[in-house]
Amino acid sequence: MKVVFERPESLLGNKTIYCPGCNHGIIHRLVAEAIDELGLRESTVGVAPVGCAVLLYDYFNFDIVEAPHGRAPAMATAMKRVRPNLTIFTYQGDGDLASIGMAEIMHAANRGDSLTVVFVNNANYGMTGGQMAPTTLPGQKTTTTPMGRVEKQHGFPFRMAEIIGGLPAVAYSSRVSVTNPKNIMKAKKAIKKAFENQVNDKGFSFVEVLSTCPTNWGMSPVDAIKWIDDVMSVYYPLGVFKDIDEEVQK
Amino acid sequence: MSDKVLMKGNEAIAEAAVRAGLVGYFGYPITPQNEVTAYMSWRMPELGRAFVQAESELAAINMVYGAGATGVRVMTTSSSPGIALMQEGISYMCGAEVPAVIVNITRGGPGLGNIGPSQCDYNQATRGGGNGDYKLLVYAPHTIQEAIDLVYKSFDKAEKYRNPVMILGDGALGQMAEAVVLPEMREIVDEDKGWELNGAKGRAPRSVKSLRLAEGKLKEHNWHLKRKYDEMEANEVEYEYLENDYEILIVAFGTAARVAKSAIKTLNEDGLKVGLFRPITISPYPYDALRDASKNAKKILVAEMNTGQMLFDVKLAVCDDSKIEFIGKPGGEVFAPDEIIEKVKNMVGG
Repeated sequence: MKVVFERPESLLGNKTIYCPGCNHGIIHRLVAEAIDELGLRESTVGVAPVGCAVLLYDYFNFDIVEAPHGRAPAMATAMKRVRPNLTIFTYQGDGDLASIGMAEIMHAANRGDSLTVVFVNNANYGMTGGQMAPTTLPGQKTTTTPMGRVEKQHGFPFRMAEIIGGLPAVAYSSRVSVTNPKNIMKAKKAIKKAFENQVNDKGFSFVEVLSTCPTNWGMSPVDAIKWIDDVMSVYYPLGVFKDIDEEVQK
Repeated sequence: MSDKVLMKGNEAIAEAAVRAGLVGYFGYPITPQNEVTAYMSWRMPELGRAFVQAESELAAINMVYGAGATGVRVMTTSSSPGIALMQEGISYMCGAEVPAVIVNITRGGPGLGNIGPSQCDYNQATRGGGNGDYKLLVYAPHTIQEAIDLVYKSFDKAEKYRNPVMILGDGALGQMAEAVVLPEMREIVDEDKGWELNGAKGRAPRSVKSLRLAEGKLKEHNWHLKRKYDEMEANEVEYEYLENDYEILIVAFGTAARVAKSAIKTLNEDGLKVGLFRPITISPYPYDALRDASKNAKKILVAEMNTGQMLFDVKLAVCDDSKIEFIGKPGGEVFAPDEIIEKVKNMVGG
């Protein structure tokens, strides 16, 4: 009998602690598939963030180091410099990457090392219970914006994929979602490209994935998916914001 | 022909680390240790090794953490306010058991303080400035030669205990120049130590982490770390003790001890019986040795370039506060030998 679908070798069989309807599971799988398909499992070291995805070593079947809050990109830079043959990726949430770790991500991207960053944006602080993140949408209610985010008081959300895409040392920056099979296929392609770029030493590659947080958003998993498509994707448009391969073709 | 070369303290520390097999140096400029970063910026690439000028001390220590987790020899250097920022990473590295060498060329504090030599980071270095139950192995050299030898040795100790090792110097040590002998250049050996992250080729995946959520796991880990610190205490305590005939014992470390040596020479020439006890490891502290040494002393003088931090450890060792006096020199200044000489003469009623 021909096997047509199975767990990627890069993914362990453990159950995740993620809430029902959370997209981390899908995103993990896409990362694992990309690494398997590129034959990188035995040369990959992942850098886990502080936040919901902190337990990456329970889910991935390769080496994982756990970063202090926001510092994963600094660790990744150094890991790549001392062991250039390793495939290094960070997997970070929006509080981790765009708030406490803003300096580290900007400088790592600007150094242009061939690193892969998977940035999971769920527009709030998931692990600590749904507080405002730098990515919380205007008007969005969180436990620390009970009347909704007001730009005048709380500032504007950061569009990270666009910001990173504007840096000269960046090879690739895109935003994807995993709300339906078509978007999942696109997300897979983007993540795989971000790893391929590393293999080919093209430079820094960044993939922002819009992701659900049904628990903290106070929505059913189905409504959360709908909210990404109808609301979040409007403020955070899906697409490619930098691709040096495309620039070469132009 | 002599193998001695004249080197500035900061550059000598850098070269000693290179010769110990350093694979990655990550630092952020701060006075008075800038010569280390500048030296590394050409020396490391020249040898095909990694140098990154980090965007902050937070980034620098986390670069050290990341690169150290892949099993290579790594180092950062900084000075007081910079080391304060690094405490987060140091705590994580202790929790995750990642070896590294961290050099603190101390300046005056608190806050931005000044750029003068100081010993005001003693408590931070020896008590663990970051969160959690941890300790560092901390060496306090008093000459450039000793700094070279201790930096060279620190990498072995860091790997032996899978724990960061700190060299606590000060601006005087970093900025002065002395004739020194450099150690041999060690070959970089990349053998699997059984814990580092270098790709799960033909083995089960590994993780380097400090989070231990499962019930009892962190407690177990805390006791494991404690046993490691106990082992350091049993094996690594170092001190210099001049067992001459003395009535007054001066206890001092680092640059203060160097000045105390000059003062003692004069005092001895003046017929006063004064000895020196100099801790080389200030963590773990040589409590037992100092206790023994203090028994023959009528008086003990603690001399520090701060307002009295090691004083607490001396009291713990000696267990007789009535014997102990203190002379301090805070504010980024170095003692003149005369200040110690005068203090000792006052103590003996001279």
